Amino acid sequence: MNTVERSPWWRAGILLAAVALVVAACGAGATPSPSPSPGASTAPPPSPGESMATDDLTGQEVTVIGAWGGSEQEAFLEMVKPWEEETGATVKYTGTRDLNTVLTTGVASGVLPDLAGLPGPGQMAQWASSLVDLGGVLDVATYESETAAPLVELGMVDGKLVGVFIKSAVKGLIWYNPSVTPISSPPTTWDDLQAVIDENAAGAQAGWCLGIESGAATGWAATDWVEDLVLRQSGPDVYNQWWAGEIKWTSPEIRQAFEAYGEIVSDSYGGPDAVATTNFEVAGDPLFASPPGCSVFHQASFITGLGGFKEATAGTDYDFFPFPDINSQYSGAVEGAGDLFGMFHDTPAARSLMAYLVTAAAQDIWVEIGGALSANKNATSYPDDISRRSAEILTNSEIFVFDASDLMPSAMNAAFWAGITRYTQNPDQLDSILTELDGIQADAYSQ
Amino acid sequence: MDERVLLMIAVCIAVPAALIGYIILTEMVLRPIPDRLKPKFRPWLWLAPALLFLLIFLVYPTIGTLIRSFQDQTGLELVGLDNYVWFFTTPSTVAALKNNVIWIVALPLMCVGLGLAIAVLVDRVRYESAAKSMIFLPLAISMVAASVIWRFMFEYQPTGEAQTGTLNAVAGVVGAGPFPWLTIESFSFNTILLVVVMGWMWTGFCMIILSAALKGINPELLEAARVDGATEWQVFRRITFPLLLPTITVVATTIVIIALKTFDIVYVMTNGLYDTEVIANRMIKEMFTNGNFGRASAIAMILLLAIIPIMALNIRRFQAQEAIR
Amino acid sequence: MTAQATTAPVPAKATRARRPRLSRLALHLSILGLIVLWLIPTIGLLVNSIRPSAAVTESGWWTAIFEPSQWTLENYQTVLGQSGIAEAFVNSIIISVPATVIPVLIAAFAAYAFAWMEFPFRNALAVAVVALLVVPLQTTFIPVLRDIFGPNGLGIAGSFLAVWLAHTAYGLPFAVFLLRNYMAELPREIFESAAIDGASPVTSFLRLALPMSVPAIAALAIFQFLFVWNDLLVAFVYIGAVRPENLPLTVVIANLVNSLGGGWQLLGAAAFISMALPLIVFFALQRYFVRGIVGGSVKG
Repeated sequence: MNTVERSPWWRAGILLAAVALVVAACGAGATPSPSPSPGASTAPPPSPGESMATDDLTGQEVTVIGAWGGSEQEAFLEMVKPWEEETGATVKYTGTRDLNTVLTTGVASGVLPDLAGLPGPGQMAQWASSLVDLGGVLDVATYESETAAPLVELGMVDGKLVGVFIKSAVKGLIWYNPSVTPISSPPTTWDDLQAVIDENAAGAQAGWCLGIESGAATGWAATDWVEDLVLRQSGPDVYNQWWAGEIKWTSPEIRQAFEAYGEIVSDSYGGPDAVATTNFEVAGDPLFASPPGCSVFHQASFITGLGGFKEATAGTDYDFFPFPDINSQYSGAVEGAGDLFGMFHDTPAARSLMAYLVTAAAQDIWVEIGGALSANKNATSYPDDISRRSAEILTNSEIFVFDASDLMPSAMNAAFWAGITRYTQNPDQLDSILTELDGIQADAYSQ
Repeated sequence: MDERVLLMIAVCIAVPAALIGYIILTEMVLRPIPDRLKPKFRPWLWLAPALLFLLIFLVYPTIGTLIRSFQDQTGLELVGLDNYVWFFTTPSTVAALKNNVIWIVALPLMCVGLGLAIAVLVDRVRYESAAKSMIFLPLAISMVAASVIWRFMFEYQPTGEAQTGTLNAVAGVVGAGPFPWLTIESFSFNTILLVVVMGWMWTGFCMIILSAALKGINPELLEAARVDGATEWQVFRRITFPLLLPTITVVATTIVIIALKTFDIVYVMTNGLYDTEVIANRMIKEMFTNGNFGRASAIAMILLLAIIPIMALNIRRFQAQEAIR
Repeated sequence: MTAQATTAPVPAKATRARRPRLSRLALHLSILGLIVLWLIPTIGLLVNSIRPSAAVTESGWWTAIFEPSQWTLENYQTVLGQSGIAEAFVNSIIISVPATVIPVLIAAFAAYAFAWMEFPFRNALAVAVVALLVVPLQTTFIPVLRDIFGPNGLGIAGSFLAVWLAHTAYGLPFAVFLLRNYMAELPREIFESAAIDGASPVTSFLRLALPMSVPAIAALAIFQFLFVWNDLLVAFVYIGAVRPENLPLTVVIANLVNSLGGGWQLLGAAAFISMALPLIVFFALQRYFVRGIVGGSVKG
């Protein structure tokens, strides 16, 4: 009975001891890394707002959950550092790609962080009753005077301000490599742009660079294209009716935009299969390749922090011009997007942090680090000419609309991504795709 | 050391000690009861901790899910079977159901088949441990990392460009391709590819359990058959396989359920595009993206109903197992 | 090292000589072929994890194998330099070890009862427990957080205890399934003779069933450890909003990637770092997958 006598507990003991050893080894070997950012040391400390000067929040904590990871997380933490130093409170930030799951569960069960990034205006509206009215938290007059009016409005639900934009982006910029595609003056009409592409036909393998793969969100880059086209072809009224579910997908305005997008695909580097399977981040890289893959590339302002753009030099390797007009009636229309932020717990520290985040001083920190535009007009410390110009497009826009797919009900948005992806590879299926989207529209908006 | 680590070590010693203490205590509790009645009460005391956990964390929420499946999106109104009708009449969910059928057939075939083959083969070589570790490796990789790994495998560059994806590079060597692998819908090819990714991860799971069971077979039985002149195949077919059958049922059942619940690999690789949707991914979308708990709950209940046949099979296996021992 | 080895015959060696050389060769080749096939994707990741991110998108990983000039540890440095990664690693261990030990033990009690005790609806109940495997965990998050862990319940959301309890429950259906099957296969005679000798069920369980089930327990412990170690969502839902300082390594790793997907090249390096401990556990427990534990005790 030799075996039977053996107690299995000493075996568990061995495992435990091994684990403890590993723990000990790791505890000793790990070096904490305070990653100092060059931006922070040069930035002047923000002028403390009223709430900051009066509150002593030493030892208090604010839990924050958002979608930002990597470089964005670093920038956000850099942004809150002066506030932490000023008030003595700490920000505990966690990023997650499962923001929807975590917050849906949180709202339903009442276990929530103090502040949170919100996935989109749709979810914000659903959670409005759990969100704190920011009217009594922010200096609303200053906030409204510093922030583009449409963005202020997007944060309101039933007249209550529940969401603010911590960062934003301009969609629909056209990027090019000046050494591949020489452009004397930015084309202002669609025909001018087409002429630029035609002139450069020998200089690049295709007119456009395009890639819409994005993991679980594949298709969004193509929906941006359609949105930009609807806006310039049919104007903001049709655009707004469209995301609100008031006109059908099979209506001529929307069909026209899909067809125009289809033409872009057919003049894209690598053809439909490459468009569907190329990640949006690296989709613009053929601009810098030799021989160049394309003349122009359509993407939002945040592309400068991604793929080949990250290594390239702004101004010399790449430059951009705004999306040209298609119908001159709607000249100056701009599509933007941004990351919403809301407050779930009304604690003194959370109030103070929220008020701080929207100030120009705080916004300037992220803006200076790069990769983001500010919704705040007074945040102007952009690191280069390109980001300054894109921020100006945002603040000076005559007609401003928000990303339509982000405004649609989630089920509609997902169907739009899927439908446009299918259309990219199968242009002949346009009728059935649009009819299907109509079916989902009838279902998604009725709920 | 970190006080939390001390807490963990304390928990690891105190909790097992408490649990063992509990089991020893059960006999003391039973002492005043007449011997005749002890076997009636004893099993429930042994089951109590497990049942308590299951009731609180799985059964109770599932009862809520059942009720919720008869309600509308807001949870305010009863809608009868509407959510179930919706599931079976919507083309996209029916397409997902079709893909799940592929999953529950192909994944167990790959995992159990290969897992069994590997377990039996490596049992005969000296480098068994090393070989098993290699097959096991993918299971230790998180889903996020797996998606990056297979991104490198499936990557597609336009014709004429240097291929950076492993599969297209191999195809290029034999003069074919490049193929946009995950977008190929014909014959559900892309769904099969996703099954292969999942199978790559889970074959090690089947292999390890089957290998453990293989070690439990009395070697004298096999040796006796060999002495009687049986070929290796006959030994496997007549002795090893029947003895492994209960364990094969266990791993096959587990893998079928995993196939039925598959969502993360689909979510990270295609999110259901190109006709690769599966019902669990659809459930998560309804629940957390669309906020439609009624529909999500109905899908969860359909998953529960779908395994009834497999569970019936298991009851029969349990009975057969007890009959022969 | 093992008492089992001495009591169990090792048949592989005895039969090896008898088999023709050609079929031995075929055996080795098929095993090696499978291993190579299985390793290629992982090797691809390993090679790409030691390349600069720009190179990864420009050329295939195989081009770098023979070009050590391309190699760099930059990705590993970035991952290990993440703030809070050491704490998160410790958290992962704190979460995983009890969340492995507790369910394995509780499942062993239940499995023993299902396998060797007589009571009404025994098999139906066992199958019902297994059927709970199919419950999507996501459907349990809200009720559990609202009524059990939240302020209206025990108020333990954010603590390690909450995740230990949750992982215990989530791991039980499979644990009971696997152990019940293994214990039910143990020879009846030894339990009968133990009972005749006057051993109580507790003695039979602790002295016979548990030690003889070591291969299954080892396999189970590996899997449970792995699932908990690689889990992101359960930990995030029950901890994240309240006490983010308790979050595991998986959360820190997932945060290497920004909301647009930038930085995914780091995930390869992160994967190998986070895989290290589960592999140590695997190697530590693999020694229990040995032949003869059951046979040895029957004879012993």
